[in-house]
Amino acid sequence: MSQPSSDHAQDHTDVPSDPALRVKALESLLVEKGLVDPDALDVLVDTYENRVGPRNGAQVVARAWVDPAYKQRLLDDGTEAMAEFGYSGGQGEKLTVVENTSSVHNVIVCTLCSCYPWPVLGLPPTWYKSAAFRSRTVIDPRGVLSELGLELPKDIEVRVWDSNAASRYFVLPERPDGTDSMSEAGLAALVTRDAMIGVAKVASPTAGGVS
Amino acid sequence: MSRPDAKDVAERFAASPLLPRDDGGPVFAEPWQAQAFAMAVQLSADGHFTWTEWTTALGEQLQAAVKRGEPDDGSRYFEHWITALEQLATDKKLTDLTALNERKEAWADSYRHTPHGQPVELGARFR
Repeated sequence: MSQPSSDHAQDHTDVPSDPALRVKALESLLVEKGLVDPDALDVLVDTYENRVGPRNGAQVVARAWVDPAYKQRLLDDGTEAMAEFGYSGGQGEKLTVVENTSSVHNVIVCTLCSCYPWPVLGLPPTWYKSAAFRSRTVIDPRGVLSELGLELPKDIEVRVWDSNAASRYFVLPERPDGTDSMSEAGLAALVTRDAMIGVAKVASPTAGGVS
Repeated sequence: MSRPDAKDVAERFAASPLLPRDDGGPVFAEPWQAQAFAMAVQLSADGHFTWTEWTTALGEQLQAAVKRGEPDDGSRYFEHWITALEQLATDKKLTDLTALNERKEAWADSYRHTPHGQPVELGARFR
């Protein structure tokens, strides 16, 4: 391959674990024979999208909210700070944490495929993998966010982070108002997967209802 | 002929012996585990095997693991799950071991030959 650089030291995609490959093998063979309907399989898997470790990321967010030193470590080196909890960002990629503030809103996407830091966020939602979200988020992030129910004021800067060979991204959402007296565990329970993708804010417990 | 609702079948499968779960249902450590779970549910919902056949196949794998002295902490649960599923799929002649092994190697090869960021498709090395 052409000249190696630190960004592209890895110019192929990591080979999944043996059991993951066996699942792919069985699935693709059965799909070809018409014995398994991939769409029906997706529907079923989506019902479990919140069952693959999404609380991991929520714990990290809550810690960052209550511990300024941890938050700084998280923003300085997401991979290392996640490792303090025993989490990784995926198949060895660097994990970069981007912080939402009163003036900046971040959203993550993978335009080329559907890279996703699943050890901290769980299973990607179907729309994250859709061609529409992947292509349009970069072109019209405000429009996409609005369709997903998040209206952002014009004076807020929107930054879109596209996963690449070197890094995956994770959004540190803003701590909502009215949570000063809450425990770290209580805070973690407020944090949603969508907030860590950056398509939602973390709702204030007093504002009623966490999506 | 009524096809059982996949959701009902999923609930039943979520009650498989020793399945890692909490109050909210099954817990998957990695995405492929949810995929393997869903595939078992769909094949069973479509009548390719019965619940009894499934629990027998899975139970045999779990017991074999205990006999091999593997830790009984659920960490390899879904490896036994996919082994049981392969076993049933070959017993029922939905596929065969040779095809499974060849396809697994083909996928591994495709991953090795697909630049990061591109969708991994079978036969990537022939492009």
